[in-house]
Amino acid sequence: MARRLTLKLGFARQVQDVTVVVPDDEPTPWELDERFAVVGVDTPRLDGPLKAAGSARYTYDIELPGMLYGAILRSPYPHARVGKIDLAGARRIPGVRAAIARDDQVVRFAGQEVAAVAAISPQVADDALAAITVDYQPLPFIANMEQALKPSAPPVFASGSNATNAKLFEAGNVVHGFGQAAAVHEAIYTTQVQAHVSLETHGSVARWDGDQLTVWVSTQGIFTVRDDLMVFFALPPENVRVITAYIGGGFGSKFGAGAEVIMTAQLAREAAAPVKLMLPRAAEHLATGNRPNSWQHVKLGAAADGKLTAIELIQRGSGGIGGGAGSSGPYKQLYNCPNVRTEERNIYLNAGPSSPMRAPGWPQGCFGLELAVDELARRLAIDRLEFRRRNNSDAVRALEYELGARAFKWDERSRATPKKGSVRRGIGVASGSWHGLGRPGSQAQMVAYRDGRAELRTGSQDIGTGTRTILAMVAAEELGIPLSQVRVEIGDTRYLYAVPSGGSSTAPSTTPAVRQAAAHLKDKLFRLAAPALGAEIGDLEARDGTIRVRFEPSRALSFAEVCRRIPADSLSADGEHVPDYQGFRTNQAGCQFAEVEVDTETGIVRVLEVIAVHDAGLIIDPLTARSQVNGGIIMGVGFALFEERRLDPKIGVMVNPTMDDYKLPGPLDTPGIKVIFVEVANGVTNTGVLGLGEAAHVATAAAIGCAVFDAIGVPVRSLPITPDRVLDALGKI
Amino acid sequence: MNDDRTSAEKVGSQLSRRAFIKGAGAAAVVAGIGTIRKPSASAAGSAEAPAVADDGIAEQLGPEAVTIELNINGAVRQITVEPRVTLLEVLRDHLGLYGTKLVCGRGACGACTVHLDGSPVNSCMILIADARGHRITTIEGLGTGAEMHPVQHAFVENDALQCGFCTPGMIMSVAAALNRDPNSGLDEIKRAVSGNICRCGTYPHVFKAALAAATDLRSLTERKV
Repeated sequence: MARRLTLKLGFARQVQDVTVVVPDDEPTPWELDERFAVVGVDTPRLDGPLKAAGSARYTYDIELPGMLYGAILRSPYPHARVGKIDLAGARRIPGVRAAIARDDQVVRFAGQEVAAVAAISPQVADDALAAITVDYQPLPFIANMEQALKPSAPPVFASGSNATNAKLFEAGNVVHGFGQAAAVHEAIYTTQVQAHVSLETHGSVARWDGDQLTVWVSTQGIFTVRDDLMVFFALPPENVRVITAYIGGGFGSKFGAGAEVIMTAQLAREAAAPVKLMLPRAAEHLATGNRPNSWQHVKLGAAADGKLTAIELIQRGSGGIGGGAGSSGPYKQLYNCPNVRTEERNIYLNAGPSSPMRAPGWPQGCFGLELAVDELARRLAIDRLEFRRRNNSDAVRALEYELGARAFKWDERSRATPKKGSVRRGIGVASGSWHGLGRPGSQAQMVAYRDGRAELRTGSQDIGTGTRTILAMVAAEELGIPLSQVRVEIGDTRYLYAVPSGGSSTAPSTTPAVRQAAAHLKDKLFRLAAPALGAEIGDLEARDGTIRVRFEPSRALSFAEVCRRIPADSLSADGEHVPDYQGFRTNQAGCQFAEVEVDTETGIVRVLEVIAVHDAGLIIDPLTARSQVNGGIIMGVGFALFEERRLDPKIGVMVNPTMDDYKLPGPLDTPGIKVIFVEVANGVTNTGVLGLGEAAHVATAAAIGCAVFDAIGVPVRSLPITPDRVLDALGKI
Repeated sequence: MNDDRTSAEKVGSQLSRRAFIKGAGAAAVVAGIGTIRKPSASAAGSAEAPAVADDGIAEQLGPEAVTIELNINGAVRQITVEPRVTLLEVLRDHLGLYGTKLVCGRGACGACTVHLDGSPVNSCMILIADARGHRITTIEGLGTGAEMHPVQHAFVENDALQCGFCTPGMIMSVAAALNRDPNSGLDEIKRAVSGNICRCGTYPHVFKAALAAATDLRSLTERKV
């Protein structure tokens, strides 16, 4: 049932034979130096023309006959007991077709859902919200971690403390490690709450046909939304259909059926008409997730040669009423250190719940650790890149440091003359990592039609990373046909299951399923072709749009000719993701170099250049992969310099839930970016693809923070590095 | 930092934010009543923006629905809407032109950019009555998936789009800039899209695409000459 294969795996610096055991029906994993026809070629995304023409239909663009517009009333109070909710005023307004109240008796953040309406126009729905009266009894609230940790603090949840028990990790003995250190650095680093700000807000269109529920949702996980709706409405899976053709951004905030999706389906049922409900921008900021903040007490020790002897992190962070604020990942994994201790606590506040955001915990942890490393390296008078090299155990990252340093001219720039004048430049480097290995379960179906078309179907979604395109490229490669011959159908729970698009798992999980389905279809086509070619099935190959006898390319049939032999209309085959063969390596490295310019009079920081060196196994489409890295970096610029949810501690309300007061990086904030990929044949799946979206974002803010330190000679230990913080660090205010 | 001027301000006095507020009045917007300037030119295809006296409040509309004539993508369309709606809402909810997106709703992100007499404006900031008498071009009027405008084509080829939600607005800003000056360089292009926010962070490829489109447009012009 299984076969043992010896694969040639590795990367430029290290090639080795690795033995793996794969199921019999699994194609041989792609190895180093495969000769690809489609994979690895810069390929414009397949849905590009639709998006550029404005004709890609997002959830926000779905319009159904008789459709109503929904809107949600939200609590203005950060913490309140909810008494009577009077919907009568709303129901009296002409054009209002449904009004519902939530049955929660307590609201725990300003912006929490209280009631909802559906009406014949968005304007009438807004009028209806204004006509609802709610009897709130405001309660004491917590708006920041200082307030939360006071002994007298009111509890956010009735049932317990505002701080969770510490999550501990311990390797070796840090007391011993600090005892061995020639230098110890200890300081506190903080990072802010960042919002996802997907351009398409959360929302859905829901339609009931009897007890059949169809929902168009702006989601990263159509199957997770389906499961939530099944549970909430007690429906069997076949009664719930979730569709997401296009999604206007997610970044980790769009899994599952949130309150807004559930309420839309409830409104549609009450009104007996389809309802569309997309959140207004302010609600998107308040209620749909965010990256938790962090307070990191960091202590590092190193020997005189720069070898780390101890790493200690005492951390707390808050995701509002949500959790997931830990940031210890980089402390445990980035560098070789025998003694590591981390202690993390989650703090609850009366603020909107966190949700996963692009490499949860890592950009925060990376900022604290990497700036601390620079401060320690300075104390030991060791070049910062050299310090990292001495503590790095990853062979791929060692090459990445080298390639990055060469492209960035690190040595040359490090030796540049001391900084003078009011505008100063500085450079920094930070290491990244991510585990873009994917998760089990993705399946795919490949179909060949008599007219020679090939079609790929899977219940994945394309959150803008180019999933449609890379899946089609894998199918085309395996079937030996041009990309233009492959049609892709995704984004519908009527297709076979595929994993939600989070944790950088779409490409690593779903490309192997597609390749296996294509291989199985190819086997069926070989069976049709073999008699006509007078050859054994085992001697055939699919290449250049033909099915032909290996080593005798003249004995060939075109793919279309073989398809004409399909008995009826079509031939199909399924495939699944087989995780994972361990192979050469399962993790990722990465590093980024940044140059900044700091105006020491105004405190304004500009990022001039970023060079990013990354590995993600096999890169299917370098063009869209570069787009993802650009995006990870630019979101990192926002995290480093601009973005912050501001919660007024006196009223517990977010004061900047807009796109003008919440500052996002724009075109003029974009540094020059160069992306370098190190290709690794890892043999972990039949494609060897790892995810890239998160890896690309981990190191950016850290590299910028380190570069600011280099520019002005003093560290700014809090993100975002705003002008006031720079001036404060310089002792100017 | 971003250029936070709205596109409307860049168009000039006819459509400045000041004129918008003066013409419509914040209280009137809340009440659902638009006091608006009467266009002097006929709405049907005139390229002329309406001549307006500085203090020229000429008519009062609403709150009930009124019939308005618009020139959109070269065709005259009649719609009956409450005067409190914006041009963006009319495009999407009444005319089925879904390419133009609502993102911030306050002129801060550029996703709703359309052309008014060839100039880029934020359609979320324009009350529908103020759109009368102007040539309105949306992304659908620029080109289609099958027959793309050179800017659209360059966006596809250079992967200047990821999730694609900012893309129509971004393309409209670039197209307006290149129509105005096909010799635009990188600095001009950056300024032209400085009000367009892309959360996927696609700007480097947007710059590349815009420069490629500029080259393309210049060679088209040369061929015509």
